[in-house]
Amino acid sequence: MSEPEILVRARGLTKRFADFTAVDRIDFDLYRGEAFGFLGPNGAGKSSTMRMIGCVSPPTSGELVILGRDPVRAGSAIRARLGVVPQEDTLDVELTVRENLLVYGRYFGLPRRVIRERTDALLEFVQLSDRARDKVDPLSGGLKRRLTIARSLINEPEILILDEPTTGLDPQARHVVWDRLFRLKQRGVTLILTTHYMDEAEQLCDRLVVMDHGTFAAEGSPRELITRFCSPEVLELRFDPEVHELAADKLKDFPAERAEVLADRILLYVTDGDAALAAVRSSGLEPLTSLVRRGTLEDVFLRLTGRRLED
Amino acid sequence: MVGGVRGGGQPLPRGVWGDGSPQKKKRGVPKGGPGGWVPPGEKGRPPGPALSFRAFQCWLTVYRRIWRSSVWSSVLGPVFFLGAMGFGLGSLVDRHGTASLGGVSYLAFVAPAILASSVMNTAMGEASFPVFGSIKWNKIYIGAQASPLRPGDIFRGHLMFMTMRIAMNAAVVTVFMWAFGATRSAWVVLAWPAAVLTGLAFAAPIAAWAVTVTSENNFAYMFRFGMMPLMLFSGTFFPLSQLPGWLRPLAYATPLWHGVDLCRGLSLGRVDRPTALGHVAYLAVLAALGIWAGARTYRRRLYV
Repeated sequence: MSEPEILVRARGLTKRFADFTAVDRIDFDLYRGEAFGFLGPNGAGKSSTMRMIGCVSPPTSGELVILGRDPVRAGSAIRARLGVVPQEDTLDVELTVRENLLVYGRYFGLPRRVIRERTDALLEFVQLSDRARDKVDPLSGGLKRRLTIARSLINEPEILILDEPTTGLDPQARHVVWDRLFRLKQRGVTLILTTHYMDEAEQLCDRLVVMDHGTFAAEGSPRELITRFCSPEVLELRFDPEVHELAADKLKDFPAERAEVLADRILLYVTDGDAALAAVRSSGLEPLTSLVRRGTLEDVFLRLTGRRLED
Repeated sequence: MVGGVRGGGQPLPRGVWGDGSPQKKKRGVPKGGPGGWVPPGEKGRPPGPALSFRAFQCWLTVYRRIWRSSVWSSVLGPVFFLGAMGFGLGSLVDRHGTASLGGVSYLAFVAPAILASSVMNTAMGEASFPVFGSIKWNKIYIGAQASPLRPGDIFRGHLMFMTMRIAMNAAVVTVFMWAFGATRSAWVVLAWPAAVLTGLAFAAPIAAWAVTVTSENNFAYMFRFGMMPLMLFSGTFFPLSQLPGWLRPLAYATPLWHGVDLCRGLSLGRVDRPTALGHVAYLAVLAALGIWAGARTYRRRLYV
């Protein structure tokens, strides 16, 4: 195998706004064909990083090379080869589904015939063909998102940048979006996405970074991160609020790898969840509910930052 | 593996990325150069005017949706003004002699001023809320920003569209002036480009400012304290000689007065060449300053 091609390369990349540092000296390489995720809570610096990669936000310092070029000097030429799905839809709701793609295709200087052909294929791809002549305004959030994704593909981008692609969508709409993104990845499109949903990161990303306060707390594949930062199993216990604190005190000395006390639950990181639950019960504590599950990225995040993702 | 919803297994778009997708062809092919890689298909950026024209086309597509509603306001507005001011008020004014108007009827006096002030109105309308809305409401600029268009292209493309709207409205008013018998000279055909220049002298600086505005309330101030006084005191409805002497220099400094005086000279066929060139130069400088500033304010606003 030859070396995979690097599409984006960042060294010491920093973005400051007045006295606030949004992105603080991060390093990463992004390879062609992979799906790379930035996982983190709101305000972690994910969107600022996406905007810099999207060549619409000049870095304050550090090195950033996208498709071999400097985004500050060659932003226009780089953007011609990127697709962007922004956090908030920027569709023109006055126009029809088709017209939105037409306008966008013209931005990229595509001839009308090419736009027409690609529009047909893309609307088919995101399952919007039957709404092609409808106005965008009455479409549901999920359909708008799919249209935004179709629009971002009009220039056949080499890199697709998605900033929280499914935030605000209902579960079914999210699954449709994931399915479409997965197919794009299969097709060889390089995906960069941000998310604060661990399931999204697990579904889509080959590699991800956990981002917090503008820096990377950890980096690896979802599986690696879970193995490295989390026990095989997690025991979730919920107690009567009256005894929650008491139970928390008692469980601190419990022989678990680690205990995490949340406002409503206590998490015990253990090797064998059922055995741990039995041990808890035999120590005289009776939880209202209990759940044994495998470790997830949510646990990794909690461990690394001490906070929950969606707080 | 990816959710439970498979959505019926639509084929992947054929034609999108072609059959041999570039990704597949290029994947894993090491390129030479430092770091072991050089991106394929290194292409330059298209020339600036081509990029601006792409942004302009977006506005055309949007305008095709809404032109019907805008046509009524651009036709009826000037007709009402010409009718009410030119004929209604004019019949009173003309009874007292028109020496102070330069010996022409009030209709002929006021019509070119209505032309100039209506392009100012168009310019202010097109360069304020639509610019603001392109960031805050329909986010046209934000969408365009993710394409090869640069902030300056987005600005100039929108300005091209504003100029088109100004030119359309100026043409409508000029035709009505002629149809109402309010013109005195064939030079009036040049009043049309003069009006377009006047409109551009407003649109460019206002758009350059509007993109920096954080609240649309600012536009209410512009209309109330900018448009209203300009429309009333720029030699539009009465000659500047009627203003108190100390106020006159102020009126001479306003862009609308230059537009009004230029259009009036052309419509009445009383062009004093140096004066007219002065007006053109004043308006052109204002427009150029706006075009220069807009590329900068747009960049500062969009590239944060």
